Amino acid sequence: MAEGTLEVRIWRGGDEGAFGAYAVPARENQTVLDVVTEVQRRFEPSLAYRFSCRVGVCGSCAMTINGTPRWTCRTHVKRVAPEGRLTIEPLRNMKRVKDLACDMDGFLGKWASVGTFEGTATRADPPAAIDPASPARREVDAAIQCINCAVCHAACDVVAWDPHYLGPAALNRAWTLYNDARVADRRAVLDGALQPGGCHTCHSHGACTEHCPVGLSPTASIAGLKRAGLVSLLKGGRS
Amino acid sequence: MSEARLFLLQRLTALVMAPLVLVHLVLIVVAVQGGLTAGEILGRTQGSVFWGLFYGIFVLVAAIHAPIGLRNVLREWTGIGRRPIDWLMVAFGVLLLVLGWRAVVAVVGGGA
Amino acid sequence: MRRGAGWWAAMGHRLSGLALAAFLPLHFLMLGRALGGAEALDSSLKIAELPLVKVAEFGLVIALAVHLAFGLRVLAIELLPWPARDGLRLRLVYLGLAATVLVGIAFAVSVV
Ligand code: SF4
Ligand code: SF4
Ligand code: FES
Repeated sequence: MAEGTLEVRIWRGGDEGAFGAYAVPARENQTVLDVVTEVQRRFEPSLAYRFSCRVGVCGSCAMTINGTPRWTCRTHVKRVAPEGRLTIEPLRNMKRVKDLACDMDGFLGKWASVGTFEGTATRADPPAAIDPASPARREVDAAIQCINCAVCHAACDVVAWDPHYLGPAALNRAWTLYNDARVADRRAVLDGALQPGGCHTCHSHGACTEHCPVGLSPTASIAGLKRAGLVSLLKGGRS
Repeated sequence: MSEARLFLLQRLTALVMAPLVLVHLVLIVVAVQGGLTAGEILGRTQGSVFWGLFYGIFVLVAAIHAPIGLRNVLREWTGIGRRPIDWLMVAFGVLLLVLGWRAVVAVVGGGA
Repeated sequence: MRRGAGWWAAMGHRLSGLALAAFLPLHFLMLGRALGGAEALDSSLKIAELPLVKVAEFGLVIALAVHLAFGLRVLAIELLPWPARDGLRLRLVYLGLAATVLVGIAFAVSVV
């Protein structure tokens, strides 16, 4: 397929807008981000989109490709569009700002609302010794690798249906904080996740997990929060 | 009631109902063979402590389980406010409980 | 959005739950007729002989089986340890579907 031309449609505008159509040469080893970049350089200098690292680390390049949310810098055209037809839109479940860039405030706001890291140690203390084999650390071995790309947030129907719902990424973050021995008030993190719109709003059917490009399981993290909630309910009668 | 409590109740009732539903399904398949008659149903249930308990518990857990699930659906799929939904669901649960237990009394109790 | 097996399971679980919630009060009312004696219940059961009602009944038995199968999957996801492979228990979706088809066949065979 190295020869030939890709038929590319890219969303132009904000919540109101239309698709622009572009013919982009097909190349060997071409990612969707490469295609978007080529369109911007050659045809559409005003095209807005986000990217930074180009190697799957920063989490800024996610878009909807042929109806599926994905990171674009590590998505090869060959894999997702063997026919050579690409429809590229901004991520779902967020306000569209311009072209492929959406307003991340809602997503990041929910992320921040589950709590920020607040420890008890001071500069004078030695670094915390976290045993890599401890159960709490093992729980979040994967979850802490989240790159904040919002793919799961876009994939989740409950996020689309319930504006109060924190969503998979924020709850995954809450799960990592809850299991972090250095966090001063882990109980408060759990309490926050148990509020209406928190972990119990999730239906556990796993669109987030099916789509996470890093291979994380927000569904598992959320199930962990639900179980922690049960334990605290049965033990202490709280919440 | 807190979300955590509702979650606990719904999963707990689900666990209780799983075997009950299985028995109920088998019973349905067996009972419909050759048509359903009141005599057949009542013959099995009337005066039976076992079926009285079985269906009494079944109704109770179903009346807890269904409104909690329906609450989620209404929240996500309708524009009804959260408070009205909660009250509607309490009413729905009570309705299920009353009608359900009445039905249990009807098929298990003395009868005519 | 392209939808995976998990999404279809979620929809099946939800729609079957809605169907059951709507049917339950009617089911209880019908059985409550036995309060008026076997004849009263029998006259209600006659309605159940109508072809359209038969189809609806078939649908409800399927709904019950679907809701049970996919509900067990949710319990497995949430309450059992999360294995590295197939933590979403997607295989349970197919297993649940197969079980439902079996229940459907058994019911259909029994009815005719
Ligand atoms: S498992 Fe929960 S968070 Fe993930 S997509 Fe489903 S509802 Fe959303
Ligand atoms: S959990 Fe996965 S999909 Fe969600 S933001 Fe983190 S890396 Fe992205
Ligand atoms: S550009 Fe950084 S993850 Fe894609």
